Amino acid sequence: MIHEPPVQEMAQTPDATPRPRQPLHYLNVAYGVKSWLFTVDHKRIGILYLVSVTLMFVLGGIAATMVRVELLTPRGDLLTRDNYNKTFTMHGIIMVFYFLIPSIPSVLGNFVLPLMVGARDLAFPKLNLASWHIYMIGAIFTLYVMLAGGVDTGWTFYTPYSTRSAHTHVIATALGILILGFSSIFTAINFIVTIHRMRAPGMTWFRMPLFVWSLYATSLIIILGTPVLTITIILLAVERIFQVGIFDPAIGGDPILFQHLFWFYSHPAVYIMILPGMGVISELVTCFARKEIFGYKAIAFSSIGIAVLGFLVWGHHMFATTMSDYAKLIFSMLSFLVAVPSAIKVFNWTATLYKGSISFQTPMLYALGFIGLFTIGGLTGLFLATLAVDVHVTDTYFIVAHFHYIMVGGMVMAYMGGLHYWWPKISGRMYPEGWAKLGCLLIFVGFNLTFFPQFILGYLGMPRRYHDYSIYPQLQVLNVLSTAGASILAVGYFIPLVYFLWALGNGKKAPSNPWGSSGLEWKTPSPPPTENFETTPIVTTGPYVYNPDQETEVVG
Amino acid sequence: MWNEVPLFPEQASTAAPWVDSLYLMLVAISTIMTLLVAGALFVFCVKYRRRPGHERALPAVASTRVEVFVMLFMLLVFLSIFFIGARVYYMTNQPPPNSMDIYVVGKQWMWHLQHPGGQREINELHVPINTPIKVTMTSQDVIHDFSIPAFRVKQDVIPGRYAYMWFNATKPGKYHLFCAEYCGTDHSQMVGWVIAMEPRDYQEWLRTRSDESAASRGRKLFLQFQCITCHNRESSNRAPLLEEIYGNRVPLQAGTSVIADDAYLRESILQPKAKIVAGYRPIMPSYQGQADERDILDLIAFIRSLGPNQTPLRNEDSDPRKQQGATTDDP
Repeated sequence: MIHEPPVQEMAQTPDATPRPRQPLHYLNVAYGVKSWLFTVDHKRIGILYLVSVTLMFVLGGIAATMVRVELLTPRGDLLTRDNYNKTFTMHGIIMVFYFLIPSIPSVLGNFVLPLMVGARDLAFPKLNLASWHIYMIGAIFTLYVMLAGGVDTGWTFYTPYSTRSAHTHVIATALGILILGFSSIFTAINFIVTIHRMRAPGMTWFRMPLFVWSLYATSLIIILGTPVLTITIILLAVERIFQVGIFDPAIGGDPILFQHLFWFYSHPAVYIMILPGMGVISELVTCFARKEIFGYKAIAFSSIGIAVLGFLVWGHHMFATTMSDYAKLIFSMLSFLVAVPSAIKVFNWTATLYKGSISFQTPMLYALGFIGLFTIGGLTGLFLATLAVDVHVTDTYFIVAHFHYIMVGGMVMAYMGGLHYWWPKISGRMYPEGWAKLGCLLIFVGFNLTFFPQFILGYLGMPRRYHDYSIYPQLQVLNVLSTAGASILAVGYFIPLVYFLWALGNGKKAPSNPWGSSGLEWKTPSPPPTENFETTPIVTTGPYVYNPDQETEVVG
Repeated sequence: MWNEVPLFPEQASTAAPWVDSLYLMLVAISTIMTLLVAGALFVFCVKYRRRPGHERALPAVASTRVEVFVMLFMLLVFLSIFFIGARVYYMTNQPPPNSMDIYVVGKQWMWHLQHPGGQREINELHVPINTPIKVTMTSQDVIHDFSIPAFRVKQDVIPGRYAYMWFNATKPGKYHLFCAEYCGTDHSQMVGWVIAMEPRDYQEWLRTRSDESAASRGRKLFLQFQCITCHNRESSNRAPLLEEIYGNRVPLQAGTSVIADDAYLRESILQPKAKIVAGYRPIMPSYQGQADERDILDLIAFIRSLGPNQTPLRNEDSDPRKQQGATTDDP
């Protein structure tokens, strides 16, 4: 690839001197497989993660497609019962552990966090590489399980089914997830230390971009929560292999204990998934409205608030168990409290648009879609925090719809928005705007058509994880709508995959700051040099200065 | 085709209207809030779109006062929903004291249901309407969940303990019964029907089913498992006599006491050493693995039915044809 020296960035990088030859950047500094697989450059590691999580997303998506096609008819006629159970289990495990949790932090966070705080790299570059290697080892376990015959416990591994009854590859799957946990923990340690120690001169805590705040909150949750998952998996393995009674009442254990331990991690994990997405949206909204974010501190502290309160609400996954009524009452109340910081964020993003100068490039369309879908996801969360209603809708498609509104409507929209936003910085090329808008529209429409009918299905009582609903054939029409939506959604995801690859070689060359953003990451060339900045930037203002007097018009 | 598409589940229990009102209230609140957010997004996006003459944002300063107001307002709305939801839950959660008992044992992949008179059903439950029904449930293997959407009730059925729920059906009809907690291969086949009937029809239905009563089956098990060897009149220094203990307080070795309810009796059969009755030694063996969950329910029904002087004789033949006589001859 030949890169002309972009003229524009010269003007914006204060100390840049004109260079005679084509500039070296992180992509052309070295070639060959080894220079990628053993790189310690956070940007290259971000790309490695991008490739890995995209492959896992495709695998999880194939599983989702099989589930939706099976549910097209009430009778179970595509897959056998066991294969259906393995398919939705794989969909859940791959999407939650191998895509949603690592995607934004490990791809976008890895790439832009050091750039955003004006650092040369993360604090521990080798640890960062180790994170990715560990991720890949975990992924190999899951791929092995898929080839060896699958696992059928659901991604929740509820005992005593998983320790006594399941005759599938529970241990290998659980080990993969255990290993993956260390990848998360290493990344989180790296982020926390980088944020504490490596900020550029002048970048005080309240001059950090909100994406950085959200990654900080996320890293805290990962470090505090993931060890509990690790321990839970070990206990599960001990019971399954050595028949030590921990969770199985037939040998003296308590199955509800498992649920407490599992959700103590897995509820905060929901925030591990959505908080980075919220951070991305804060960046997008302010950039494309060309306006300082409304309520910077409120958004920053609400991330921390979510991280803290998120640890106190796990019991709302267990309202249908025999947990005491008093515990249920307290968990219900805390679950309402955790909704407040999320509501604050929605309010602030919306208020940022007020009196802004809003343009509608693809990242902004994703951001607007996120705000709408996340609002619906969040509000339907209130239904589940309400004890009497939760009892009726828990374990039904209402739950499925709710968390997909948060995870796909929220987190994946944010990820796509962020990927489009930083793509010029990552690849040095622009993506084709028209195709991107089409893809975004298809994703939005397909998503709603897939998941909105599931709210109605759930309230009607359709249980989740059902291979066959021929006892209730009247549910077919809504299921057909859902499957139709899923096929639109699949096309919507396929389009970006194609044009991103196309743009790598054919996209228009990206200027250093195509969006006119005020973030530090835009003050270095696209793609950035290996050392990120030619001279360490000195920060004198907050992250979102769209001062009309100093703003220069840039190519969009 | 469309007129057959249900959009709202049938309301067939006393709890259903409550849950539905709460649900519709939440739908209303959510719709209003979504419209507010979407409306604001739409208006701002149109009014402040970037266009010639409006390329820069207008000054607008965030204010802490607005932020705090929004936060308190949200808190008020959310906590109000919490209080209303908790109130409805508590109102609909406790079974009335005069409820009729139904016993349920879940196992991969079927439901065993039992009526107070001993009538047994599989994957079908006949119940009278306008009668509070308390369901006591346990599982033989993994976690299941007993869910009747038309009644808006659902309860995890957990091995190793009894779980309870109750409902009061209001409308005769045939309603779906689902297992709502994933339990393995045939999870989606662990389904059935609840048939709510007029009380008269229910009595009629009971008569057509001439199953032996649960207490009578329990009596046979009591002899067969040799419980009688110790729990009899002659050996009352080795084991307590079980007459009239059901529902009453039992003093324990530890100095505390416990109500002899279903859960306590179940535990005493499976883990006899967990709570030793005051004055006795822990010599009872566990029946874990010998008595399955349905046997235990029968044993409990028998213990519940034991009036004064109704304990069988120690050397009684467990042949059911001789039982009646033996009991009446008991001095």
